[in-house]
Amino acid sequence: MSGHTDMVLVDENGMRIDGRTAEQHRPFKVEAGVLNNADGSAYVEIGKNKVLAAVYGPRECHPRHLQDPTKAIVQCKYNMQSFSVSDRKRPGPDRRSIEISKIISEALEKVVLTELYPRASIDVYIEILQANAGTRCAGLTAASVALADAGIPMRDIVPALAAGKADGHVLLDLNKEEDNYGQADVPIAIIPSTDEIVLLQMDGNMTREEFDYGIKMAVAGCHELHELQKDALKRRYSKRAQEGSE
Amino acid sequence: MEKRNARQTREIVVPGDILDGTGMRPGENAYVLDGKVRASVMGVRNVFQNTVGVIPLRGGYMPTSGDTVFGVIVDIGPSNWLIDIGAPYPAPLHVSEVPWKVEFGDTSRFLTIGNVVLIKVLAVDESKKISVTMKDSGLRKIEGGRLVKISHTKVSRVIGKSGSMISMLKNMTDCRITVGQNGWIWVDGEDENADVAVEAIEMIEEQAQSSNLTDRIKEFIEKRIPQDEDEDYDEGDE
Repeated sequence: MSGHTDMVLVDENGMRIDGRTAEQHRPFKVEAGVLNNADGSAYVEIGKNKVLAAVYGPRECHPRHLQDPTKAIVQCKYNMQSFSVSDRKRPGPDRRSIEISKIISEALEKVVLTELYPRASIDVYIEILQANAGTRCAGLTAASVALADAGIPMRDIVPALAAGKADGHVLLDLNKEEDNYGQADVPIAIIPSTDEIVLLQMDGNMTREEFDYGIKMAVAGCHELHELQKDALKRRYSKRAQEGSE
Repeated sequence: MEKRNARQTREIVVPGDILDGTGMRPGENAYVLDGKVRASVMGVRNVFQNTVGVIPLRGGYMPTSGDTVFGVIVDIGPSNWLIDIGAPYPAPLHVSEVPWKVEFGDTSRFLTIGNVVLIKVLAVDESKKISVTMKDSGLRKIEGGRLVKISHTKVSRVIGKSGSMISMLKNMTDCRITVGQNGWIWVDGEDENADVAVEAIEMIEEQAQSSNLTDRIKEFIEKRIPQDEDEDYDEGDE
């Protein structure tokens, strides 16, 4: 959004710099149960983004003053590795990662049946191994698979995907260049069974029509991503059953 | 515990999957949205009469009243002990719930941090406060042996149909084995036999999703411990 470039982000045929059309998302890869010591875990790739998520709990909430006597809280920590971007990122929490941690835990609290575990906390750790625009979406996508993998009761698995605008075109799933030099970025996350939106942000400007069109595309993309999330969880068990019966 | 339907195709579901849309009632780990029953955890779809629910494949232990569980003392108060039973919350054991007469402030003479106890869950209220007792037959402080921790979702597999797996383990390894509902299992026996028993239990946890497990466990133990030829091994004597 910030910079300017002479780069043609969308050519006259409607092709983007990475060869996608406007409605095409980057390739997805979802894997569940990749870590042994966490209660639940997941690894997600969206294009060049590589994200690892781990879940612990429900367990006793520390520090005590954060406990809620009526329900569990979801504590999320989004962290970017220093090698995740081309200019080394200074390690540790900053304003951006605190914001993302907050919106992701709020999105997850909407789907987790928190009232089953009063006073407890469910801890979600999201590590960005490689970033290429859209890490908050990839992080939330991974976190919800990790929660399901941990066996935590939840209403649905949330997928997240961004829409945006670059070179005057409304695009699905912006990449780094489109995000940096484009006009808008709108990450959203939905509950697939009801199409409720649990995360929505917008950076930049779009007209109302462009926004509506972008949301429509992103919701469709989320549903596609959701199928992969479900598949990753189920694959884990069908594979194990085969190994066992040999 | 609910009875599982025998020989049903095991359908794995994940949170949000529709279990039924034709008017069945939601069972365990299920909820209703727009007249459709949906799963709330990852597990195996389970139909019992006119309810449909999910048997979880993963997840933490949540105590229910009547469960017999193992626990480790983690903290001592003047009139109670705090016990870790693998649940999200510690379980306080009050001095009035132990078989000894304990003076106020004298709790550490009877049980100290790190001791393992076999206790029973009396009640879990709606705010998930757990109360436990040690005043029942068989409940005691554990001495000797070893504690194996597996997922509580695999406990029914370790016990087997009407106790077939656990009695086979006991007979073949000649160990004393007690299974807690929280997935903590106490094994006591001669070193080598106990080793095999522990490995067998871990194997059951790992391969819980496969069929014919009892036979494979039997084979595994036979390889490790040569069984006495004369001694007739009878199945399910408990």
